Amino acid sequence: MMPPTFSPDPSSLRVKSKISDRIQAIPRSGIREFFELVLNAGDVISLGVGEPDFATPWHIREAAIYSLEKGQTSYTSNLGLLDLRKSISKYVAQKFHVTYDPTKEVIVTVGVSEALDLAFRALLNPGEEVIYHEPCYVSYSPTIYMAYGVPVVVETRAEDNFALRAAAVEACITPKTKVIMLNFPTNPTGAVMDPVELQGIADLAIKHDLIVITDEIYSELLYDERDHPSIAALPGMKERTILMHGFSKAFAMTGFRLGYACAPPELTEAMMKIHQYSMLCAPITAQVAAVEALEHGAAPMEEMRKAYWRRRNLVVHKLNAAGLPTFQPGGAFYAFPDIRSTGMTSREFATRLLEEEKVAVVPGTAFGKAGEGFVRACYATDETQLAIALDRIADFAQRHRR
Amino acid sequence: MDALLELLTKDSRLNAEALATRLNLSPAAVQAKIAAWEADGTILGYQAVVDPEKIPQGGVTALIEVRLTPERGGGFDRLAERVAKFDQVATCWLMSGGYDLAVVVQADSLQEVARFVTEKLSTLGGVLSTVTHFQLKIYKQNGFLSAPTPDGARLPITP
Repeated sequence: MMPPTFSPDPSSLRVKSKISDRIQAIPRSGIREFFELVLNAGDVISLGVGEPDFATPWHIREAAIYSLEKGQTSYTSNLGLLDLRKSISKYVAQKFHVTYDPTKEVIVTVGVSEALDLAFRALLNPGEEVIYHEPCYVSYSPTIYMAYGVPVVVETRAEDNFALRAAAVEACITPKTKVIMLNFPTNPTGAVMDPVELQGIADLAIKHDLIVITDEIYSELLYDERDHPSIAALPGMKERTILMHGFSKAFAMTGFRLGYACAPPELTEAMMKIHQYSMLCAPITAQVAAVEALEHGAAPMEEMRKAYWRRRNLVVHKLNAAGLPTFQPGGAFYAFPDIRSTGMTSREFATRLLEEEKVAVVPGTAFGKAGEGFVRACYATDETQLAIALDRIADFAQRHRR
Repeated sequence: MDALLELLTKDSRLNAEALATRLNLSPAAVQAKIAAWEADGTILGYQAVVDPEKIPQGGVTALIEVRLTPERGGGFDRLAERVAKFDQVATCWLMSGGYDLAVVVQADSLQEVARFVTEKLSTLGGVLSTVTHFQLKIYKQNGFLSAPTPDGARLPITP
């Protein structure tokens, strides 16, 4: 019998042309491209991750297991379990000094990523502009674009330790500006916000009648007894701010995919409309686990924070000693070394470091053009591995010094 | 707890320079603090945590509940300190509740524990009674699981 022959299905050739122009126009995340290189490189020490190396604390995992044993496997209210919203409201009030009504100002989402998508879709008419700062998390610009908004970049600079200046934001404001988007401490730089500049941005938002979205996902991971006021707590800001937060980083719960947004009732309601038709609700197991995290997770979180703090000190010290100038990041779990002394581009540095030393870091350019000349090294990595990786980076930098 | 002391309780093998780098201190400051703690008895010693099931003839461990008659003036201290001095005694705590001393004894054999209880412990003036419990299996000690399960693997690159 003849083996079957495969001829290309003519319909599949045309499928690409069926994809919407808007989605075709979105480039793949730079991080994804690099991901494939790393996968093929084999046995690598990876400082390329954006998540804790700790598994979720056991008491939280155990609460999730117990909820499954009890058969808690149903949908929840669109806004999320009321118990969880109450816990969120209490936690946010304690941490950020802003009070939100758990019945109409809190919505539980599938990660901050979904909350962002909901917020932009709820807020933006086609062509309206969102000002955000780069280098930043890879999703901001595409999420704005997919909501028919126009992403407007403010670049933060190494000379400023990647801090955001209100004056730079002001220079970008046009009649079409609707939203200012903040993320401090920042992925990938670890930069924190100066309280004076934060007040400056609040003044701009009030003066130009703008909404502010603040992604607080790293706000527990702060070092050096730093105070971290949220813009939502500044006078006149609660009514124009969406405060977003989640469980992934501080509670080491990335895979639970759980976040939330706190916002004025009208905005929460608008976000809920999209959420109820697209997502319905966040998974109940994750929501139950999140209640346990908020009510009893402070001590394990503090343990993890201290471990990150010690590793930050180690990483910054070793990178600087290796001749890669690295500023002391005030938060998150990333170091953002300046690799220009090697004469390489970020991408070249990351690729050759991977090939020659089997250490993965992410090119700074994956987080925006302003990341050129830098790489992101995540120190949420086992300390022994981290020390080996740092020695290898030092050898590499030595060898390629220009 | 002091950050240096806390780190030492997690890993006492780190040298002064490694400790200093992690805590943003100078190696000299680290050495001075450690020397002071060793001198004032804050740090009593340094040990490896060993799983006895992994070593041949790992010996036996028993937890002994001891009831005592307290003494006027000294309470339980004189007797407790006397019990604690025996080499076989690894741990000795004064307890609230149904008995007074919890004594953890480590010995080469069951017979040796029996001899310690019958000849040394029970015969002390002031000891009213003892109850000996033998350890069957260790699941966790000093914060270390005997059979830790590896955490799930992460993807090598995530945003």
